[in-house]
Formats: sequence, structure tokens, C-alpha cells
Amino acid sequence: MPKIVFNRADGSQQIVEARTGASIMETATRSGVPGIVAECGGAMACATCHVYVADDYLPLTGEVGEFEDEMLDDAAAERTANSRLSCQIPMTDELDGIEVTVAPEQ
Amino acid sequence: MSERARGRAGVLVVGAGEAGVRVATTLRELGYDRPIVLCGDEPHQPYQRPPLSKAFLDGKAVHADLALRTPEFFRDAGIDVRPGRRVTDVEVDGSGAGTAMCEGGDTVEFDRLVLATGARPRPLPADGGDLDGVCVLRGVDDAERLRDRLATAGRVVIVGGGYIGLEAAALASARGLATTVVEREDRLLSRVSAAPLPEFLAGRHREWGVEFELAADVRELVGDGHRVQDVRLADGRLLPADLVLVGIGAVPETTLAEKLGLDVRRGIVVDAACRTSHPGVWAVGDCTVRPHPHLPGELIAVESVQNANDQARAAAAALAGAEPPRTPVPWFWSDQRELKLQIAGIASGYDRYVVRTDGSVAGLTVLYYRGGALIAAESVNRPADFLAVKRALGKGKTIAPDPAADPGTALKELITDRA
Repeated sequence: MPKIVFNRADGSQQIVEARTGASIMETATRSGVPGIVAECGGAMACATCHVYVADDYLPLTGEVGEFEDEMLDDAAAERTANSRLSCQIPMTDELDGIEVTVAPEQ
Repeated sequence: MSERARGRAGVLVVGAGEAGVRVATTLRELGYDRPIVLCGDEPHQPYQRPPLSKAFLDGKAVHADLALRTPEFFRDAGIDVRPGRRVTDVEVDGSGAGTAMCEGGDTVEFDRLVLATGARPRPLPADGGDLDGVCVLRGVDDAERLRDRLATAGRVVIVGGGYIGLEAAALASARGLATTVVEREDRLLSRVSAAPLPEFLAGRHREWGVEFELAADVRELVGDGHRVQDVRLADGRLLPADLVLVGIGAVPETTLAEKLGLDVRRGIVVDAACRTSHPGVWAVGDCTVRPHPHLPGELIAVESVQNANDQARAAAAALAGAEPPRTPVPWFWSDQRELKLQIAGIASGYDRYVVRTDGSVAGLTVLYYRGGALIAAESVNRPADFLAVKRALGKGKTIAPDPAADPGTALKELITDRA
């Protein structure tokens, strides 16, 4: 199972194993990673699963969709070039070890 | 079972849906360290309901995808989840401590009680509701039945033009099924929305081939003694159907609350901290009603995931003796094919609304005002509008109505203090 490294807002790290095909958001919420609120359950309706993907992995996560793009523009925390809604990144073996930083505000 | 789980519960949560789970997880986040027991009546680990009328019904998600938390999470957090344990009776003393009796005979002793008992589908007030082929949609078992029925159905009649009905209609029509929505009011969503959103949605659904029978009452469901065959309307017309979905709202589950003598007016009456009329008993989620934010003296039921979670956070804070959380902004969403609806605030009680659209069929936003101040907005495919309104409401601010009608001006640029 591919692993995800979450850099939490308090500076600590949490490593969680993901089911292939499950999104980074789903993996985080089911394991109770603090800071991933994700109340819409992945429907791209709330912009509260905002993460910053580490540079090395960013190209592997695919393009930001049009709706995601608009949601990120107005997310609670600052948008950077590394910003993604974690519900839009399904885990694959290729993404094993992906490092994401949880946005400080959701 | 751990030592902690076997003993007396500090908090017993009755109901293991979104609200009940959030009470338990928030208590742990706040450092609450006494045993927590979560009893659910369904024989399933806690799961998410919103996908049931969306991805799950469409076969794009399976039961395992719906899990709210992993079993390991609950174990590590010391939350004793007991699925398939319907609480049939409960007694409390003046402090809120007491004993719950579960179906099957086991009991749980507790110091504080939280009711998160949810709601059940409102039954069709007409004969024939027990015929084969008549479905409701509330739990995952309902959704599985409906999903399987959709696979073989030809003609679908949906009774009720609310969000569940519209989501199901979007999906059934996409599969090429003859789909009719019967709504007793003369437009959709009449209880919650002004005309523009319902008209927009009805227009798109009609393009998808969905037919509407508005201002139409169902007199009875007609079958061959076993299977449903037709829906008979009050005017006598028959709508052929081999699948009928009844989606006419939900009734709060208040049986235990009534046994406890709590103040129940349709739902369990709670305050902002989710206290019931008993000082040691809390209630959260779809089983509750609370003071309407705009209409003095009225109570409102807010049936949404957001409300379940935020009420749960408020109750957990009160139980743990922590600071109450900030007043949340109500919000809601619905997916109907390529339409993504996002709603912020509570629109009921509005005295003015403003429509924001570029005239295209792609989407629109309706902003609602009361006494000159913004109270809510409904958006279709305009996520920036939704987020701006949600932010404005969260800060107690408003958006000037006249400039908001110009779809070229970003709403976030128009956020101002209330007059």
C-alpha cells in the first residue's frame, strides 16, 4: 500500500498507508489526520482539504481541474503553486511516499 | 474489549452517523479521557451518507469507500463503537447519568447522554407504500436496494422534488430511464428557495428528459398485489412505474427523547450548545430543531452534514468544559450531473433576493437578504460566489445587493460591513 507523509500544522509528521485508488483526503480523514476537515467527503464542495504537495511529487499528481482551480483561489489559507485539494488526488503506487503539508487554515 | 470499554461510559452517544461520530472524535481532540461508547442501530461501521444519493447510487463508489473512520482509528482513540446496537430504552437521573437498554438485552451505564438518533424517511401518506418496487433513501441498505432496482428499472417515478429526489432524477435520466418527479407544491424546493433556482434546475432536468408533475398529489400506488405498477395522482391520472422512490423529507427520530420527557417539537429542541431541556442530556444532528437564525420564536431543522458536524463540535465542547466553537455558517451541497450546487446560510426568512447570472445555462447565484443584510446564497457552478458568501457570513459581513447582480464583479470584492 502506498504511503502518504502528512506534515501537520503543529510541525509533526504522520505517515499513513493508503488504499490504492482512495484519495489523499479520504486516507487522511479516515485515519484522523488533524487539519483535513473535508466535510463534503470529496465532492469538491467545501475547499477544506487544502494541502501543499512537495515539489518532487507535484508533477505526478496531475492537472488542477477547472472547478478545483476556482475553489483553491478562495480557500481559507494562501494558495501557492503547490496547492491542491487533496480529495482530487487518488493514490497510486507511483505516489508512494508523497509528502503533503496540511494548510494552516481550512 | 479493552478494560476502558467494559466499564461505565463517561459519555454514551446514541447514534453512529456523522453527528454521533463527530461528538466522539471531538471529545478526544479536546482531551476528554473517559470512556466513550457509540451505539448505532445499523449493522455497519459508521459511514458517510451524502454519497448514497450520488456516487454510491451510480455504482462509482462501494460500501468500503463510505467509511467515516478506520476501525484502527476508533481503537487507537479509545472510542468503543457498537454497530447493530439499537437503544430501546434509557433512564437518566437529574445529572444526566443513567442506563441505556439495548435490543438484545445488554445495557450501558453512562454519566452523560448524547442523542444523535437521526431521522427516518417520511412515509408516503397514501396506500401502496409497501408494494415491491417502492424505495426510500436514507441508509446504505436503502441505497443498495435502490441501486439494484435502478439496474433493471424502465420507468421511474420520484415522489418529492427535494434534493434527494432531484439527485436521483439526474442519475436515473442519465441512464435513459423514463423519469418523472411528482411534487405537491407548484415548484421545486419551495420550502427553502425563491423561484430562480428551482426554475433553473427544472429547466436543466427537462433538457435531460425528466418530466415534472407539479402541484400534484399522490393518491395511491397501484400494484398487481405484489409489485408496483402505477402511481395514481389525485386527479385520477396514472403514471406507469416499475420503480417508485419516495423522497418527501425526513422525520426526526425522537422516541428516546420523548421517553425521557425532553422538549420535543417535531425534533428535539436544543440550544446553541446542543443542550436539551434536560441539563445532562445533549442532542445533535438530524434529530434536533433549534431557534431559527432569522425568525424569532420559530424553530428550524437543518438537515446537513455541516450541521451534524458543527452541532457535534458544540456539544463536545460543552461536555468537555471547553470554549464553545465559533458560530458556524450553515452550508450544503448537491450534485446533479454537471451541476454542482453550493448553498451558504439559511435563506428562509428572506425579504429580497438578487440573481447573478451571465444568462448562460452554465450556472447562477441567488443571494438572499433580510433587512438589507445578506443571509444566504445558492450557487450553481459558481464556486467563487459560494466561497465569498460563506466568508462574508462567517465574518458577520454583507455584500451590497445591487452591484452583486453584475456577474463580472467578484463577490469577494464587494464584502462590506453590515449597515
